[in-house]
Parts: sequence; structure tokens; C-alpha cells
Amino acid sequence: MVISSATADPQNRLSRGTMLSSIKLPIVIRAEINLVLVVLTALGVFSRLYGIHFPKAVVFDEVYYGQFVSLYMKRVFFIDESGPPLGHMILAFGAYIGGFDGNFIWNRIGAEYSSNVPVWSLRLIPALAGSLSVPLCYILVVELGYSHLTALGATLLFLMENSLIVQSRFMLLESVLIFFLLLAVVSYLRFHNSQSSSPWRLVWLLLTGVTCACAVGVKYMGLFTYLLLLGLAAVHMWQLIGDRALSNSVILVQVLTRFLALVVLPLLLYLGFFYVHLTLLYRSGPHDQMMSSAFQASLEGGLARITQGQPLEMAYGSQVTLRSVSSKPIPCWLHSHKANYPIRYENGRGSSHQQQVTCYPFKDVNNWWIIKDPGRQDLVVSSPPRPVRHGDVVQLLHGMTSRFLNTHDVAAPMSPHAQEVSGYIDFNVSMPAQNLWKVDIANRETEQEVWKTILSEVRLVHVKTSAVLKLSGSALPEWGFRQLEVVGDKIYKGYQPTGVWNVEEHRYGRSQEQKERELELHSPTHIDINRNLTFMAKFLELQWRMLTVKQETSEHKYSSSPLDWITMDTNIAYWLHHTGNAQIHLMGNLVTWSLGNLALMGYLLLFLSYLLRRRRKIEDIPEDTWRQLLLAGVVCAGGWAVNYLPFFMMEKTLFLYHYLPALTFQILLIPVVLEHVHTHVLRCTSHRRALHGAVLAGLSSVYLTFWKFSPLTYGHPELSAEQLDSLRWKDSWDVLFRRH
Amino acid sequence: MAKKECVTKCKGESSMLRNRRGELQIGEPKSPVSTHHESTQDSSKDNRLSEGDDQSSNGTLAQYDHNVYSPNNETQSTVYFLVVVLLSFSTRFYKIKEPPHVCWDETHFGKMGSYYINRTFFFDVHPPLGKMLIGLAGYMTGYDGTYPFLKPGDKYEHHNYWGMRGFCASLGSCLPPFAYLTVLDLSQSSTAALISAAMLVFDTGCITISQYILLDPILMFFIMGSVLCMVKFNLQISRPFSAPWWLWLVLTGVNLSGALGVKFVGLFVILLVGLNTTWDLWRLLGDLDLSLVDFGKHFLSRVFGLIILPLFFYVTIFAVHFVVLNKSGPGDGFFSSAFQSRLIGNNLHNASMPEYLAYGSTITVKNLRIAGGYLHSHWHLYPEGVGAKQQQVTAYLHKDYNNLWLVHRPNDSNGEPDLVRHGDVIRLEHKETTRNLHSHRHEAPLTKKHFQVTGYGINGTGDPNDLWQVEVCGGRKGDLIKVLRSKVRFLHRATGCVLNSSGKTLPKWGWEQVEVTCSPYLKETPNSQWSIEDHINTKLPNISLAVLKPHFIEILLESHIVMIRGNSGLKPKDNEMNSKPWHWPVNYQGLRFSGVNETEYRVYLLGNPVIWWLNLLSLGLYLVMVAAASLALHRGVQLDKRRIERCRVLREGGGLLLLGWLLHYVPFYTMGRILYYHHYFPAMLFSSMLTGITLDTLLQSADLVLDPPYSYWLFKGGKAMLFLTILYSFYLFNPLSYGMRGPLAHDPASTMAGLKWMDSWEF
Repeated sequence: MVISSATADPQNRLSRGTMLSSIKLPIVIRAEINLVLVVLTALGVFSRLYGIHFPKAVVFDEVYYGQFVSLYMKRVFFIDESGPPLGHMILAFGAYIGGFDGNFIWNRIGAEYSSNVPVWSLRLIPALAGSLSVPLCYILVVELGYSHLTALGATLLFLMENSLIVQSRFMLLESVLIFFLLLAVVSYLRFHNSQSSSPWRLVWLLLTGVTCACAVGVKYMGLFTYLLLLGLAAVHMWQLIGDRALSNSVILVQVLTRFLALVVLPLLLYLGFFYVHLTLLYRSGPHDQMMSSAFQASLEGGLARITQGQPLEMAYGSQVTLRSVSSKPIPCWLHSHKANYPIRYENGRGSSHQQQVTCYPFKDVNNWWIIKDPGRQDLVVSSPPRPVRHGDVVQLLHGMTSRFLNTHDVAAPMSPHAQEVSGYIDFNVSMPAQNLWKVDIANRETEQEVWKTILSEVRLVHVKTSAVLKLSGSALPEWGFRQLEVVGDKIYKGYQPTGVWNVEEHRYGRSQEQKERELELHSPTHIDINRNLTFMAKFLELQWRMLTVKQETSEHKYSSSPLDWITMDTNIAYWLHHTGNAQIHLMGNLVTWSLGNLALMGYLLLFLSYLLRRRRKIEDIPEDTWRQLLLAGVVCAGGWAVNYLPFFMMEKTLFLYHYLPALTFQILLIPVVLEHVHTHVLRCTSHRRALHGAVLAGLSSVYLTFWKFSPLTYGHPELSAEQLDSLRWKDSWDVLFRRH
Repeated sequence: MAKKECVTKCKGESSMLRNRRGELQIGEPKSPVSTHHESTQDSSKDNRLSEGDDQSSNGTLAQYDHNVYSPNNETQSTVYFLVVVLLSFSTRFYKIKEPPHVCWDETHFGKMGSYYINRTFFFDVHPPLGKMLIGLAGYMTGYDGTYPFLKPGDKYEHHNYWGMRGFCASLGSCLPPFAYLTVLDLSQSSTAALISAAMLVFDTGCITISQYILLDPILMFFIMGSVLCMVKFNLQISRPFSAPWWLWLVLTGVNLSGALGVKFVGLFVILLVGLNTTWDLWRLLGDLDLSLVDFGKHFLSRVFGLIILPLFFYVTIFAVHFVVLNKSGPGDGFFSSAFQSRLIGNNLHNASMPEYLAYGSTITVKNLRIAGGYLHSHWHLYPEGVGAKQQQVTAYLHKDYNNLWLVHRPNDSNGEPDLVRHGDVIRLEHKETTRNLHSHRHEAPLTKKHFQVTGYGINGTGDPNDLWQVEVCGGRKGDLIKVLRSKVRFLHRATGCVLNSSGKTLPKWGWEQVEVTCSPYLKETPNSQWSIEDHINTKLPNISLAVLKPHFIEILLESHIVMIRGNSGLKPKDNEMNSKPWHWPVNYQGLRFSGVNETEYRVYLLGNPVIWWLNLLSLGLYLVMVAAASLALHRGVQLDKRRIERCRVLREGGGLLLLGWLLHYVPFYTMGRILYYHHYFPAMLFSSMLTGITLDTLLQSADLVLDPPYSYWLFKGGKAMLFLTILYSFYLFNPLSYGMRGPLAHDPASTMAGLKWMDSWEF
């Protein structure tokens, strides 16, 4: 659009001089198109940006995204399993512009923002993305080959969609996602429609790749539309390959270009997002414990502070904490304390009544163990230190209680098929010591490898029973202080992270006396060396953790099932004034939603009837129109389907806002179907006039509904209880009001 | 440079020559079956006619080609077929009686077979056909249904178990012959067919799974039967509405109903046949020579053969199931009161109890949602963080004394046995724990929009939150409440919400029972309606109540909902090592059928790794080959006739099998239920058949790189190597199926020493 206006301008100046009356007409038309788009954009900006600093309180999921924004500002590392980091970074950029220092406690929806929070700039970027989606809708419909009037209709419907407005006006990610999705589709269509010689063609292709990556980078949901576009591109490419007029080399170049732009480029960009993310967040924080020790050691101030300068190689006499490599159910350290297993469990089984050995998810002085040579008595590191290697047999002595790590043929408390692990000391009772363990380094490169701090993943294999020291995954009851159970597993197979441990904190022991040693254990370690993970290693670990972290699947008060979305049987209360009845709801324009569903059904009906009739060689519509209808179907109906249907297979907690991308595509389908019906189905003028009337009636009822619900969209003006009650069009909607 | 060009050109010419020879053998009429494929391709027919003359002049050479690549004369394939049948039955029946104890899931399916013989009603998550057939086989071979099938490892002793095993084994033995015929029809190459059959005959996994009392051999029999009949039906393309056309159509339908009648996995093969039929109809629709009336006939005949007929058989299976099982048994509680009254021995069968609900009665309250469960409570509290820490109230599907509740007036707990009326306010006291049914404004554990329901107070003392107003749905004030027949709602007095069962399963702390909530949404749904099932009041006279007999369709619907819910309820346990779908094609981990220790007789369900890995390799190979073939055709590369025919087999025959594999494998990725290794076996059948076609095509394509006769030698040599490899791997791994004793494989003294190629195998 911008290009066409630029070319129109000089013409305009010329025309003023000479042929004023005759050339005026085409220029006016061109200018009008531009104007429409400009006006629509302005309306979009107005509707999305108007008064976004209100309410000055935390609105719904802002409470969730806000904490990450704060962490970005403070450069503190975090993991968010809900999506890749680009979305959070975009929100954080808004905070950066506004000069937010990150000091706000995001704990409660409705909490008033303090003065240091730049509310306006925090909400600016999503609102801008929402506003710019408005002209994108227009361009998309035009690129699909439909008239400007149709495009105008689509844009108006998009403009007056309450749910999209609400979602754009706060610090939330859906509007950013929708913006990228629309841009990706628009740029791909531009690429497809432009002449093969045009230099802009490549730019549009590259833009498609970039925006696809951005969409996926904001939310994993973007993947669905990306796959749809890839499918479309594959079909177009297959048609190209079938063109026998083209030489093989031309086709090879085309295929390679598209592959690079649509597959390789997005992949690289995706990596790039993580690179920026990891570069920005270099300080340790609350989510450290979910990562491996090596990862934590790369963060400033976290484990790095503790482990900096630890000796690298284990030696006899080393004091260590052993962390389970598995972080399920939670990361923890091998632990023991002055409490014994109960003589009898609740179910009547007996135990050894020796000291408990558990896995404890917090740092504690009781997590310290000393590696002892079974053949010698001393507990200090000799000089030079004698390193512990793969295959060596050691004893592990608990630092604070001087019990040896021991396992024997007694059933473990919670997992009776496995052996109990206990802290053993010789009291001359009938039970013999079975406290020899073989060091088996799982990730060794040579058979002589030395056991290394953090880096080595070690299995401790019990010498007598060949059981492997393992985290069972169950928690002990009250008598075990709800700590995690550790067992000896005799049927241990292959590589299970629960059976592998690494040394996290490590120092060479210096004190022979128990009292001195206890003091030593309480003191922090500090010596100095540096360890670095490569970016790829960090990326892979972070990505894997994000995908495997168990998500809470519990129901939320406002969560809903995908079936409720099409008919909008559900809404979400985003904000309620703490005294009055002013409130904001995520609630769509019911008329638009119904029209969307009708359009979808209409499209399917049209498509099926044309398909069957064409098969019988009955051509109702020209080939070009059929192609156009097909492309519109793939983009709009396909866009709806790929963004909606997968939710039926998801087990996570779902909300109405997950439907918004699908809704966007569905809205675009409404005028497309109408135009097709108008030009190709209705033959008689009176029918067409009736359709015009229906369209006008539809648009005005959309506008009226939009206006009626706008108090719930903008949170202003405040409505009375009766007015609110009259807005409750469906029984299942939750509208809140206070009775005075 | 010029020289090089010449060389390639000359080479090209020689290959052209060779190709022409290749074309000839296609030109020969092979069998009546193969001709109509070609009739669909008009262009190919013309070519063939023009080549006709060369055929006589070059006859001997063409004959030679023909015999090497597709020795497709009748006698030879019959001999091959008989060999396959013989080998298949002998491998499956060898040592069928060993081990003479219950193995793995025999404990379930054997037990259910016995239920049929004893006519005891039970509940299972699978449809009944498989178990019915097992029961029938047992009955026919003299098993009397008295063996309890308590747990794996129990000795059968004098009981007649071999009949049931033999029945399963004979169905399992049909799989390789079916595969042979299917691939032969798809590819017209007996080599491909023989490779597929050999992969199945010598696969230890297929042997093991066929040898025991399990549903899988029955299921796979029907799946392969459907595919075979469908392929045969496709071959009748040129003779619509002829007798064989109808025969194969109807047989396909029958097999489909059989597959679905054994397990819901049968849906995947229905999908496969459905897609194939859609494609077929699409082709017919595009044939403008065919009038719309004719098309309508085609369409309706398929609707009849593939939808109505299977549906009829499927419903019949259930009808037989319900007629045969007429005694009360372990599955009663899953079903509605009306259904239970059909069962002899159930307390509702010819029930007699006081007709109207009265104060002081002991009752059970059943939710009206299908498979809704009884209102239940027990001596356990809601855990920390889940609403108030009071006693749990749940819905429970089994009959239990904890389902009993006492009906009281709000204040006193005794008094006259007055009748309860619509609109009365009552207090429900849990008989076992003496807590009152209670609700308050706390979020329910799972459905957060609803309120929590708890048991509160003791010995009748409580608070106003224990009061519920009884309403008969559609009733008026003062109406009496009929036991069993009235639909009742319980409105909570203090909050105005209604007692509701959400149907969601509580986590471990709630013993995986169903959540009960109090819903503020007053819409009338079965979830919020209850009926009084048992009603005990000594002060009132018992009256015989004829419960409305449920309609057969209702029972059918009810049992399906119960089955589907049961299936999705089989969630993986947290601590168990779960089998994941990606494990299966790589043969990552098997299943222990029998025995764990060194002293025991061990059978381990694990595919022959050579065969399985060959399958995996072939899948990749197939994709590459089919991509190359499609690309060549799409770009219009000049190909000779024989190669075009190979491309067709690869794309159509192979495509069908690949689709079958995908349909039987991919859906498992989306399933939340617990998965086992043996779920892959139907997919493995398709994968093996695909391997046959892929490897055969690959070997035949040897002439792309070698000139004849070397390419023929390569073809023959490759074929021989393949069969020898399969045979040798079977020789190595057969103890997995036929039993191992002595030390485990990691011990050098074991018979399986050195064969534990993956750490995850447990033998």
C-alpha cells in the first residue's frame, strides 16, 4: 500500500497543472484505498491504545508474565515451561523502554501498581501489535484475491471484536502472537503472488521465515500456523516441480531457497532467541535447582559462588554433597540425619532400625559425605591427593553423624521390592556392615577416568549385592520428615537418571577430629577455577527441561474446555475494581462469533458441493475462482482448524484466550464467504440486494454488541448491578457484581 | 569431456535396450487378476499393444527375465503359499502347552472366558467378542470354567487350557498366510509376498503373542482378514456387483465388525478401509461413463457392506453378550440400577423394599450420569491445600458398605418413619463414619467453579451447612419420593448449590474415585440428578418393585460409555517404568510373559531384533524410494514400462501399507492411557508387509547400477542372503518364545549369552 501511494504522488502533482478533470478519478480511487487503510489503522490504534494505563492494577495473567519481566530487569535466570523466551523478551523490552527497575511483587491479581511500574509502556507493545493486526487483516484479504470492500468488512469485524481488544490492552502475549501469525501469512501470500522476477519476492520469503520464527518464539502455539504455511509452501513447490518447462537447476535453486528461508532460517532464529535469553539472564535465581549443577555453575552468584575454585578431582578424604541427576520429583541431595527407621512400619513390616538415609531438597549441613578409602583409617586428603577413579571401591561416611552409607537385604520402607539404605555404625549387633560401594562413572571417556566434581555422573554400585543407589521417587511419611526415599535397586537397568549422582560441592577434608570436621563442614568452600558450558549444551538442557517439566493440570476457576469456545460458553473475569462494579472481562462479540461459525459451515458446504460437482465435470465457477476459494479455505478455515483442533488433545489447563488465534482466522472467513456468495451464487439482483441488507444489518448488530459490551472491555464506565445482569446473555457466563 | 558424454550416452542406450526387454515380460498376460490394473491406465495398454510384435522374436530372453523377477505362475505361488502355511502352523503350535501355568494377561482373559462359561456378569474395557470366542473355544474343548486364573504363575494342573491356547494359536497362524496373499495381490510379486510372510513366520514376537490366551491374536486375525478382503475386493474393480465382488465386500465388513468387537484398536483398521473406500468412490465419481444412478448403487452397496452389516454384527455380539451373562457378578456396580435388576443374584433383581423414601431409612444414592457411581465417604480427609481438611465425599463405582447413608430430619435423629416429600429439608448422615453430608464455599478439588462437599460433624451434630433440600425433578411441593424411579436433586440450603458428580477422577489421595461437588449452576443435568437405589427401613413394609426394564439400545450405549471411561481411566502409575510408543519400532523393551529368575521357565515377548530392525530400515528406505519414484514421474523422466509398474506398486500398494502402519501406530502418541509393548503388533504386521514390497523393489532395481546378468545374480543373491539372515536370527532368538531356563543372558553360561544386544532387554 505504501508503495502505491508513493507512485501516485508525483502523478498527482503533475495532474494539477494540466488535465485536472480527466485524471482526477483514478487517483482519487487510489487515494481512497490508502485512506481507508489509514483510517482503519488509526481506529485500530485508538481502540487498542486508548487509556491503556487504566486500570492501574495487575490484570489477570499480567501477574504471571510480570514476574518474568521483573526477572529480566534484574537479569535473573528463570525457566518458563509455557513458551520460548521471545514473548517474554518483547514484554521485557516494553519494561526496558519505560525504565522499570523490576521492583514489584507479582503475587495477586488486582493488586495496585506502585509508582515505579511504568504501566503504560509495559502494555504498549502488545497494544501496538494488536493495532497493527488491523491493517494486516485488510492486506491479507486483498492478497487472497478478494475485493477491497470485502477486506474492509473483515477489518471492521476484527476491529470490533471485544475479546481481541481486551487481550491486546494488557501485558499479555496473544496479540503479539496474532500479529506475527498474520504477518507471516501476508508475507507468504505476497511472496506467492508476486512475479518471479521481482526483487521483493525474496524479501517477502525471508520475512515469512522470520515472522514464523517469531510466532513460534512467542508461543509454541505458533507452530501450528507455521506447519500450515510449510504445508502450503510444499504444495506450491510440488506444483513448481511439475512444471516441465523449467530446468532442473532452476528448480533446485528454488527448492533450496525456500528450504533455507522457511526451515533453516527460522531454526537459526529460534536458537538466536535462546542465545539472547541466556545472555541476558546471567544471574542465579529461584529456578536454578531445576538445572544441572554444570548449568548452575555457569550462572553468576548461584552455585558458581559456592563451587568456584572447588578442587576438580575427587580424592580419598574429599568432603562432598551428592546431588541426584534426576530432578523428578524435585532436585535433591543425598542426606542423612539423627533419626532411625521405625522398628515396624504401619503395614507391619519390619525395618533394620538403623539411621535413615534420604534425599533432601534443600541445602543442609547434613548433606555432606566424606569419601573414605576402605583400607585406611584417615579422613583427610593426603598430599599429594590420591584421586578416586572409575571402578574404585570406596566407603561414604556421613559427615555429621559418622555413619557409613550402607545397604542390605531389608525391604525399603516405601518400595519393598528394593533394598533399604541406611547409615551404619558398628554397635556389635547382629547386622554386619555392608558399606562398600564401587564407583561407576556413567559418562566416562576412559576406563581410568578420575571422578570429577559436577562433571562426572556416577552410579554407586553396592559391592556385595550389586544394588545401585537410587532415588525411588516416593516420599517418606511423617517419621521420615516427608523427605524422599533412597533405595538400593538390584534390578537396575540401563541408564536411569534416578540412579545417577554427581558431586556438587566439594572440598578436600583437613580435619581428623570429629569436632573440627563439623566446624569445617559448616564453613563455606572457596577456591577458584572456572568452568564453562557451550551455548548449545545450555540451550539443549534448557529446552529439554522446558518440554519435560511437569505442568500443573489442575483446573483453574476460569479454565474451560475447547468445546466451550466455539459458542463462547465461557468468559474470564480479568479485573474487578476493588470497591466498585467496574470490571474487565475477556468476552467476545457474540454476534461475530456466531457469524464466524456460520461462515465456516457455509464454506464447508460450498466447498463440498463444488468439489463433488467438479468431479462430475460440472463447472459452476471458473477455475480461477475455484483456486481462489481453495486458497482462502486453506488460509482461513485451515488457520482456524490448526489453531483450534489440537487443543482437544492437550492435557494442560486451557483458557478462552487460547482460541483467539483461531478466531482471527475464522473472522477473516466471514466476508470471504459473503463475497463468494454475492458474486457466484446469487444470480438475481433482488437476492443480492437482500444480501446487502443482511450484511448491513449484521454489521450494525456487531457494532451494537461491541458498544454494549464495551464497558466490560474497557472497564469503564462503571455499570450498575441491573445493567451487568442484563449483559449476562448466557447462564454460564460469570459476571461479578457487588450488591450494595 | 566429450568422451565421458559418449560413455554415458552409450550406457543409456544399452539400458534402453535392456529396458525394452524388461517391458516385454509385462506385456505377457500373467494372470487374470493383474490385467485390470493395467486397464485403468489407457496409455500403458497402447504401449503394450505396440510392443506385441517384439515379444515373439525375443521370447526366450523375456521369459528368463520374467522368471527371475516375478515368478508369478500359479503353481509356484501355490507351493510357496503351502510352505508358508505349514511353517506358520508348526512354529505357532510347537510347545503350545508350555509353560503349564498362567502367563501374563491370561489371568484376565482366561478368567473372562470362564465367566462366559459360568454366565457371570463382568466388566471389561474391551468389547466382548474376543473373550466370547475364548470362552467358546474352552467350552468346545472341554474346559469347565472352574479354574480361577488368580495370578500369573499359577499351575493349570488337570484343567483343560490347551483348547483356548490352541484356538488363539490357530488364529495367530493365519497371519503369515494372510500377509502372503495380501502382498501378492498388491505387488504381483511372489518374492515380495514371501519376504513378508517370512518376516512374520520367524518373528519371535509374533510367535509368542499367538501362543497364549490373549486377545491380540484374535484382533490381529480380524485386522489382517479385513485388509486381505479389502485388497481382494479392490481387485474386483472390473467386475462390479459380481458374486466375488459381493463376497469380498461382505467379508471385509464381517472382519471389520470382528476387529472392533475384540478391541477398540479395530477402529484403526476401519479407518483404513474407510479411507480406501472413499478413494475408490472418488475414482468412481470421476468416471463420467458411470451414471449417477450407477454411482448411487456403488455408494449404497458399500454403505450396506461396510457400515450397516458390520454395525449389525457388532450389535449382535453385544446382544449375545448380554443374553449369555445373566448372573450377578463383579461388574454390576458400573451399571445403572435398571440394568442391574436384570441380573440374577443382584439385590435389585426382583427387589422388594419400601416404595417411598422415609426418614430413618438407610439408603444408597446413585448418580444418574451414565456410570455415575454411588455417593460415598470414608475415613480419609481431604489433604492439606484442598479446601477444608474435612472428610472426603466421593462417588464410587463398586458396591460397598461405605455407600450407605441415613436420612434424618434437620434436628433429631429419630422419630416416626414419616415419608420424605419434595421440598423437605433433610440431613444425610454417613452410616459408617456418622459424619453429615456437608458443603461450604471452598473450591472443589478439581472443578474449581464448584464448591467442596465434605463429611462434617459427628454423631448427628453438625452445623447449618449440613442441610439439604430434596427435590424431585419435575415434581411439585409435597410429592413423595419413589425409590429407584424418582430423579432427585439435593439443593444445599446455605449456598443454594446442587449436589453434583463431575465425573473427574480424583488423584491418589482420593483413591482414584470420582469427584463429588456442589454446583452453583442449577441447570438440570444427569450429573446433578440422583436416584435412591437401596432402601432399608425396618419400620415400613417391603413391596416388590418391578424396575423399568432398560431398552437394549440404552444398555448398549451405557456399556460403551463405561468401557470408554474405563479405558481412559487406565492411567500410567507414577513410579512404573512406562513403555513409550517410540520404544516399539526399535524393539527397545519387551514384556515378561513368564518367569523372572534363573530357576524359572522364562518366556519373553520380544520381536526378533533382526526382523524388527530390518523393518525399521525398510521404512526409511521406502520413503526414500517412493520420493524418488514420485519425483521422477512428476518431472516426466522417461521410464520403461517395467519400472513404471514398480513405481505403481511402490506408490499404491506400499502407500496402502504405509497408511495402515501409520494408522495403527501414530494414534498411540496421543493416548493418555497406559501403553504396553504389545500394542505395536498390529502396526508391525503392516510394517513387515511393507518391508516385503520395499526390499523386493530394491533388489529388482539392481539393474539401475549393474548390467544383466549381474543384476539378476545380485537379485538372487540378495534374496538368498535375506532369507538366510532371517532364518539364522530365528535360530538364535527362538528360545525367547519357546522358553529359556538357567542363568540370565548377562551370564556367559546362559544359552542366550551374547544375545543381549540392548541393555534394556530383560532376559
